[in-house]
Amino acid sequence: MTTIIYIALILMAFGMLLSFIRFVKGPNTADRTVALDTLTTIGTAALVLLGYMFHRYIYVDVALIYAVLGFIGVIVIARYLEGAL
Amino acid sequence: MIYFILILFLMILMIAAAIYSVYQKDLMYATIGTGIVSLALSILFYLLQAPDVALTEAAIGAALTTIIFVIAIRNTIRYEGDD
Amino acid sequence: MSAMEIIGAILLLIGSAFLFLGGLGIYRMPDTYNRLQAGTKATTLGAMSLILGVGFLEPSWMIKTLIIIIFIAYSNPISSHALARANYKRKHFPLILHGDVKEMDAYREVTEKEENKEEKK
Repeated sequence: MTTIIYIALILMAFGMLLSFIRFVKGPNTADRTVALDTLTTIGTAALVLLGYMFHRYIYVDVALIYAVLGFIGVIVIARYLEGAL
Repeated sequence: MIYFILILFLMILMIAAAIYSVYQKDLMYATIGTGIVSLALSILFYLLQAPDVALTEAAIGAALTTIIFVIAIRNTIRYEGDD
Repeated sequence: MSAMEIIGAILLLIGSAFLFLGGLGIYRMPDTYNRLQAGTKATTLGAMSLILGVGFLEPSWMIKTLIIIIFIAYSNPISSHALARANYKRKHFPLILHGDVKEMDAYREVTEKEENKEEKK
């Protein structure tokens, strides 16, 4: 069981690294915002998995906060790009 | 061992995003970099067994900082140095 | 290992593989819309599968993990749709529209009609 969790964490770390490379390289603002959205989703999943690793029920609340509030920043940036904020 | 690797990876990610945000001339890109710094710092607090601090950092960094910076950019200028 | 743990481990591996594929797609794709497709849909499936796998591994956490899955299922498409709409309204059209193919895009006629109406006024 521990091996499977380690494999999952390493795969998620590589996903975060590739998204961060796209954030540095991306030609315009929309690409960077897509990279931020992907990083937020991968981070939410990683928080739940780390809460299972620590065996603490109360730690999952942080992932709940990220799932609720993580998309507001992307929507604000999108409304600014649209010119309608 | 896996804790050490994860903490090292998140610290490198956070510091790289912070340096990118400081040296970027386009302030919107720097705002998106601030979001990445907040995400990495929240997971780092979480790994260091401080979930209350991670909760506060998630709530402030994910929503409030980005909204305030975008409204400030909307009301002033977007590119640094051309005022 | 019981049956619940085996199901949870399989869901966890599927979810992490899809999260990695989302990161790979966002690095490899050539266009903003393709990156949006890879970076939002694949990571939505991956995150939902992984969180459901954790719920199977610890059955007493199932309610909270289902709440997180519901929030991801409504918040991720909202952000992706808002971003694609904003990018389209800034006149950054998809790559296929730069050639002769214009029939692929059903929304373009609507926007052109609206622009013509505004010009006539």
